[in-house]
Amino acid sequence: MLSRTDAAAPAKRRAPARVLPGFNITLGYTLMYLSLIVLIPLSALVFKTFTLTWDQFWTAVTGPRVMASYRLTFGASLIAALVNVVFGLLVAWVLVRYQFFGKKIVDALVDLPFALPTAVAGISLTALLAGNGWVGQYLEPLGVQLAFNPNGVVIALIFIGLPFVVRTVQPVLEDAEKELEEAATCLGASRWQTFSKVIFPSIAPALLTGFAMAFARGVGEYGSVIFIAGNMPMISEITPLIIIGKLEQYDYAGATAVATVMLLISFILLLIINGLQAWQRRHSGAPA
Amino acid sequence: MSSQMIRRAEAGTTEAPWVRYTLIGITLIFLFLFLVLPLAAVFAEALRKGFDAYWEALKEPDAWSAIRLTLITALIAVPLNLVFGIAAAWCIAKYEFRGKSILTTLVDLPFSVSPVVAGLVYVLMFGAQGWFGPWLQEHDIKIIFAVPGIVLATVFVTFPFIARELIPLMQAQGNEEEQAAIVLGATGWQTFWYVTLPNIKWGLIYGVILCNARAMGEFGAVSVVSGHIRGQTNTMPLHVEILYNEYQSVAAFAVASLLALLALVTLVIKSVAEWRHEREMKAIGDLSPENVKSTPLDLSLKAAS
Repeated sequence: MLSRTDAAAPAKRRAPARVLPGFNITLGYTLMYLSLIVLIPLSALVFKTFTLTWDQFWTAVTGPRVMASYRLTFGASLIAALVNVVFGLLVAWVLVRYQFFGKKIVDALVDLPFALPTAVAGISLTALLAGNGWVGQYLEPLGVQLAFNPNGVVIALIFIGLPFVVRTVQPVLEDAEKELEEAATCLGASRWQTFSKVIFPSIAPALLTGFAMAFARGVGEYGSVIFIAGNMPMISEITPLIIIGKLEQYDYAGATAVATVMLLISFILLLIINGLQAWQRRHSGAPA
Repeated sequence: MSSQMIRRAEAGTTEAPWVRYTLIGITLIFLFLFLVLPLAAVFAEALRKGFDAYWEALKEPDAWSAIRLTLITALIAVPLNLVFGIAAAWCIAKYEFRGKSILTTLVDLPFSVSPVVAGLVYVLMFGAQGWFGPWLQEHDIKIIFAVPGIVLATVFVTFPFIARELIPLMQAQGNEEEQAAIVLGATGWQTFWYVTLPNIKWGLIYGVILCNARAMGEFGAVSVVSGHIRGQTNTMPLHVEILYNEYQSVAAFAVASLLALLALVTLVIKSVAEWRHEREMKAIGDLSPENVKSTPLDLSLKAAS
C-alpha cells in the first residue's frame, strides 16, 4: 500500500495528498458530536467532583459500604474474567479447529450476551438459579446457592463477558499459521508441547485483551447483576448500585464522588486495553 | 516430501479423536448451561400460565407504551449514531492527522464507562441541581425524568457501535477506489454513495443491528434518567424490572420474551451480514492472484498428487 501512494505522490507533492473531499466537515462533525454527547457530560462529572472538599470526597469513596462494594465488584469481575479466559479460549478453539454438527449456530449464539438486554439476562439467570428454578432445584439439596449472593454476581458476569474473550481470540487462532505447528511436530514436539510452546504464546496477547475487556465490562455492569445479587449491603451490593442508592437519597455529592472513582478506573482500563491491542497488532504483524 | 510425512504433519496439527470429542463436549455443555438455558427460561417462564396469560400481559396499556417508547428511542438514537459513525470512520480511516489515535480512543470511551455513570452525567447536566437545571426549569423544559433524557442516555451508551465497526473495515479497504472515482470526475457525495457505501454495506448493517439491540435493551443508564413513571417514561427493560419487582413474573417474562426475540433476530441478521461479507471478501481474494495464499503443505500436496 505504501508503494502505491508513493507512486502517486510526485504529481501532488506540493499539496498534501488529500484527494478525497470531506475531511474538514467529517472531522468537525465528529469532534462536535463527541464533545456534545460524551466529553462535556463527562467533564460535568469531573467539575462537580471538584466542588467537593477533599474530606467530603474521601469519606464518600471510602465508606465501609462502598469499600465492600469495590471488593465485590472487582473480585467478582476478576473471577468471572478468569473463568471466561479458560472457557472463552476453549470455545474459540473448538469453533476454529473442529468441525461438528450445528457449528454455525453455536458460533452465532456466542454473541447472545451482546444482543440480549442485560435486564432480561438478569431475571432469566435468577429464575434458573433460584431455589425452585430449573438448575437451582438440583443445587439446593446439595447446599449450593448461586442466586441472591456474591456467587450470582459472578455467574451474571461470566454470561456478560464470554463473547469478549471468544471474539478476540477467534480471529487470531484463525490466522495462526499451521506451518509452525507442523514444524514443531516434525521436530518431535508432542501435541501438548506444541500448544503450550507454539500456539499459546501467539494467542496470549489476544487472550489478555479479551480478559481486560471482560473485566472492564464486568466492573461497570449493572442490569444483569442487580436481579441475581440480592443486593444486601456489605455482602452483595455492587458499586454501580451504590451510586444509584446515593442518587435515590438525593446525595448527589456522594454519587458523583463514587462515579468519579469508577470513571477513573474505566479510563485506566481503556488505556490498558488499547495498549494491549497495539501490542497484539505488533505481535501478529511481526515477520514470522 | 513423502506422503507418510505429510500424514504425520497433518496429524501433528490436530488432536487425538478422544481429546477432540471431549473438548467439543465440554464446550457444548458450557454454552448450553450459560447461553441456551437462560434463553429458553425466558420463554418458558413467559408461557408458564399458558398463552392467554401471556397475551393478556402483552395487551396491557403500560406494556404498549413501554414498547412505543423503546421504539421511539431506538429510532432517534440509531440514526444519530449512524451519521456520526460514518463521519468518524471517514475522517479516521481515510486521512492521517495529528491526534488520530487519541480521537479513536475517545470514540471508544463510552464502551468502558459504566451505564450508571453515563446516566448520572446527564443528571448532573440537566437535572434540577445540574448545570442547566435552573435554566431548563425557567423555560419549562424537561429532560431528566422525561423522554429526551432517555434518548440522550441511550445515544451515549450506543455511541461507538457503528463507528467501531466501520473504522477497521474502511481502513482495510484503503483509498484507491475512492481516489479513482474522484480523479474520474465524481463528486464527493457520488464517490461515497457509489463506491464507499457498497464496500462497507455489510459492516454497516452489522453495526446498525448491534447498535439497535443495545439501544432497545439498555437498562442501567436509562434507569438513572427515567424516573420510572409508568406509562410515560418506562422503556421495555424498565417495565420488565417493575413487573418483576411486583412479583408479576409471567408479565415480566412476557415483555422480556419480546426483547429476547429481538436478540434472536439480531443474531440472525448479524450472522447473515457476516457470512455475506466473508463471501464477498473471498470472491475479491480469489480474483487477485497476489492474495492467494499457498502453504507449503498445499504445494507439496499438489506436487504429490
